Amino acid sequence: MPVIKVEKLTKVFGKRPKEALKLLEEGYSKDEILKKTGNTVGVNRATFEVNEGEIFVIMGLSGSGKSTLIRLINRLIEPTSGNIFVDGKNLSKMSKEELRQIRREKLSMVFQRFALFPFRTVLENAEYGLEIQGMDKEERKKKAKDALELVGLGGYIDQYPSQLSGGMQQRVGLARALANDPEVLLMDEAFSALDPLIRKEMQDELLDLQERMKKTILFITHDLDEALRIGDRIALMKDGSIVQIGTPEEILVNPANEYVEKFVEDVDRSKVLTAEHIMKRPETINIEKHGPGVALERMREEGLSSIYVVDRQRNLKGYITADAALDAKKKGIKDLTEILSTDVPQVSLDTSMQEIFNLIHDSPVPVAVVEGGKLRGIIIRGSVIAALAGSEVNLENA
Amino acid sequence: MLDQVLNILDRIPKIPIANPVSDFTDWIEETFSFFFEPVKEHFGPFLEDVSGLLQQIPPLIVMIIVAVLAFFLTGKRFGLATFSVIGLIFIYNQELWPQLMDTFTLVVVSSFFAVIIGIPVGIVMSKSNIVQNMVTPILDLMQTMPAFVYLIPTAAFFSIGMLPGVFASLIFAMPPTIRLTNLGIRQVSVELVEASEAFGSTFYQRLFKVELPMAKKTIMAGINQTVMLSLSMVVIASMIGAPGLGREVIRSLQRADVGTGFVAGMGIVILAIIIDRFTQNLNRQKGENA
Ligand SMILES: Nc1ncnc2c1ncn2[C@@H]1O[C@H](COP(=O)(O)OP(=O)(O)O)[C@@H](O)[C@H]1O
Ligand SMILES: [Mg+2]
Repeated sequence: MPVIKVEKLTKVFGKRPKEALKLLEEGYSKDEILKKTGNTVGVNRATFEVNEGEIFVIMGLSGSGKSTLIRLINRLIEPTSGNIFVDGKNLSKMSKEELRQIRREKLSMVFQRFALFPFRTVLENAEYGLEIQGMDKEERKKKAKDALELVGLGGYIDQYPSQLSGGMQQRVGLARALANDPEVLLMDEAFSALDPLIRKEMQDELLDLQERMKKTILFITHDLDEALRIGDRIALMKDGSIVQIGTPEEILVNPANEYVEKFVEDVDRSKVLTAEHIMKRPETINIEKHGPGVALERMREEGLSSIYVVDRQRNLKGYITADAALDAKKKGIKDLTEILSTDVPQVSLDTSMQEIFNLIHDSPVPVAVVEGGKLRGIIIRGSVIAALAGSEVNLENA
Repeated sequence: MLDQVLNILDRIPKIPIANPVSDFTDWIEETFSFFFEPVKEHFGPFLEDVSGLLQQIPPLIVMIIVAVLAFFLTGKRFGLATFSVIGLIFIYNQELWPQLMDTFTLVVVSSFFAVIIGIPVGIVMSKSNIVQNMVTPILDLMQTMPAFVYLIPTAAFFSIGMLPGVFASLIFAMPPTIRLTNLGIRQVSVELVEASEAFGSTFYQRLFKVELPMAKKTIMAGINQTVMLSLSMVVIASMIGAPGLGREVIRSLQRADVGTGFVAGMGIVILAIIIDRFTQNLNRQKGENA
C-alpha cells in the first residue's frame, strides 16, 4: 500500500472555486480560467502515489503549484476537491482533531526558509513537535538531542538559530522534523535557499539519512540537478498539473512532452548522468573470510567472469578472475591475496559519463565506483552505452 | 429673494442630539448602577489605600529601589539610575511626594487594566477580520474624541476622585496596546505559523508558543505607549478631581500661579521620562535573544 495517495487533488484560489472547477473539467487552461473567472488554479487534478521508503520529487518552475500541492497533503491548505490518503486514511474527510493527530505522528514538514522559532534555542526548536504532544521534558529533550546528533548539530544545542549559518539552520529544521519520528517528511524546496556547495552536502546527507532511517520523503525542488540526484521518482508539474511521473532516467530519456523536453534540454545528458546514476550493486567476496572456492561458486551463480574483493568495511582490495580462481583451486592455494589483481579501473560517484565511457572501452572488468576507499557500485559497459544512446536519440528528436 | 435662498440653512430646525445623549447617559447610569455602585464603593477606596500605602514607604527606600532596578534593567549602567534619583529628590524637595504617589498609582492601575483588557481584545482582533473592522473605528473614536467629552459622563458614573481618573485614562490609553497586539500577531511570518500548524499545534499552542512570543516586542511597544498616554491623561483627569501632580497643575492654572504650575509640570515630566525608559528597557531585555 502506498504511504501517500493523492486522487484528482485540486486547489483553486479565489472567490468562485466551483465555477473554476467546472471549467477545469471542461479542459480550460489555468490562464483562461484566470481571465474568465479571476480565480487562480493552484493545483489541477493531481494524481500520484508515493511508496514506502521512496524519495518522491516534485519538480516544476516557480508558480507551477509545488508549494500548494505539498501543503494540500497535510492540509495547511484546504483542497477544493479531490482526496488525500495517508496510510489509507482519507485526510480530506478528517475532523480537525484527527488531522492534528496525523500531523503529529505521520507527517513532518521542512521549510524553504527554515521557519525556525528565533526565540527558541536549537534544542528547543527540535523539541517543538514533541512538546506540543505533551511529552514530558526529559524524554523529549533526549529525542530532540538524538535528532540533532543525527544531523551533526550535537554541539550547538544551546545556540539560537540566528547564530548559525544557513546550512546549519536547515539541519535544525530537519532535526525538528525527524524528532517526531514521522513516517513521511514533506520538504518544500528545503535546500533551495542554500548555496550550491552546502546544498550538495545536504543532498548527500539526506540520501544517507534515507538509507539509514527509511523515511518516505516528498521533496520539492525547481532544480533539475537536485531532482536527478536525490529522486527515486520525479513528478514534473506545469501550471498546476502533473505532466510526467517517472524515474530520473525515464524523465531524461523519454520526456513526455515538449514542456518536459524544454526542462531537460539545456542539460547535456552525458554530463548530468554520473557514475552514481548508472552504477549497479556489486557482487563481492570478502577477503578475510572467503577463498577461491567461494569465489568460483559465486561467479558461477551470477554468471560472471570476474568478481570484486573487499574487506569487512567494504574497502576495495582488487578483483579476481574466474581463470585465476580455478587455477588457484587446482593448486590448493587458500589465500586470495595471492591471486588478487589490483589494477582496478576506478571512478568516483560524480564522474561523468564521458569519462566512464573512455575508461570502460578497454577495460577487461566492470569499472568500480569508489568513494573514500569503499566500493559503492560497479558499472558495466552495457549501461553506459544504453544511457548515451538514449540521450543521442533524444537530441535528434528535439 | 436671494436672501431667502441663502438663509435656507437657518430654516432647518436644530437636530436634537445633545439631549438624547444626556438622556442616554442617565439611562446607562441607572441601568448599570448595579455595576457602578459596587465599583464606586470598593474600588475607589482601594485605589486610595494603594496610594496611601505607597506614601507610607520612606521616600529614601523608594529611591533606592528605583535606582537598583534602573541599574540592572539598563544592563548595569548608571545613567537612568542617576537621573531617577536626582529627579525623585527634586520632587521630594518640592514637597510633591504625596502627589507623585497618587499619580503613580493612577498610572499603574489604569495601565494595568488597559493591558489586561487590551491584549485579549488585540488577540481576538488579530484572529478575525470582522472583529478588526468593527473594533478599529471604535479605537479611532476613543483616541480622537477630546478627553473632556468623556470625562463628563465618567464623572456621572463614578462621581469624582481617583476612580473616574483611572477609568478615563483606561479608555484613552488602551488603544495602542490593542492595536499593536493585533499588528504584532498579524505580522508573524506565514512560514512560522505554518510550521506550528504543520507539527499539529492546537489554537492555543500556536498562540502561546509561537504568535505571542514573536509579537512580544511589538506588544511591549504598545504597552509603553499605553503607559505614556495614561500619564498624559492624568493631568486632564484632575479636572474631575483625580488627585496628584495633575491637580497641582490645574490648581495653579486657576490661580494663575506660574511658578507652582511649572514645578508640578516638571514633576510630571520627570515621572514620564523614568517610566518611559523603564518600560523601554524592559522590552529590550526581553527581546534580546530574538
Ligand atoms: N494564497 C494564495 N492565493 C492566491 N493564489 C495563490 C496563493 N498561493 C499560491 N497561489 C498561486 O498558485 C500558483 C501556484 O503557486 P505555488 O504553489 O506557490 O507555486 P510554486 O511553489 O511551484 O512556486 C501560483 O500561480 C500562485 O500565484
Ligand atoms: Mg514554492
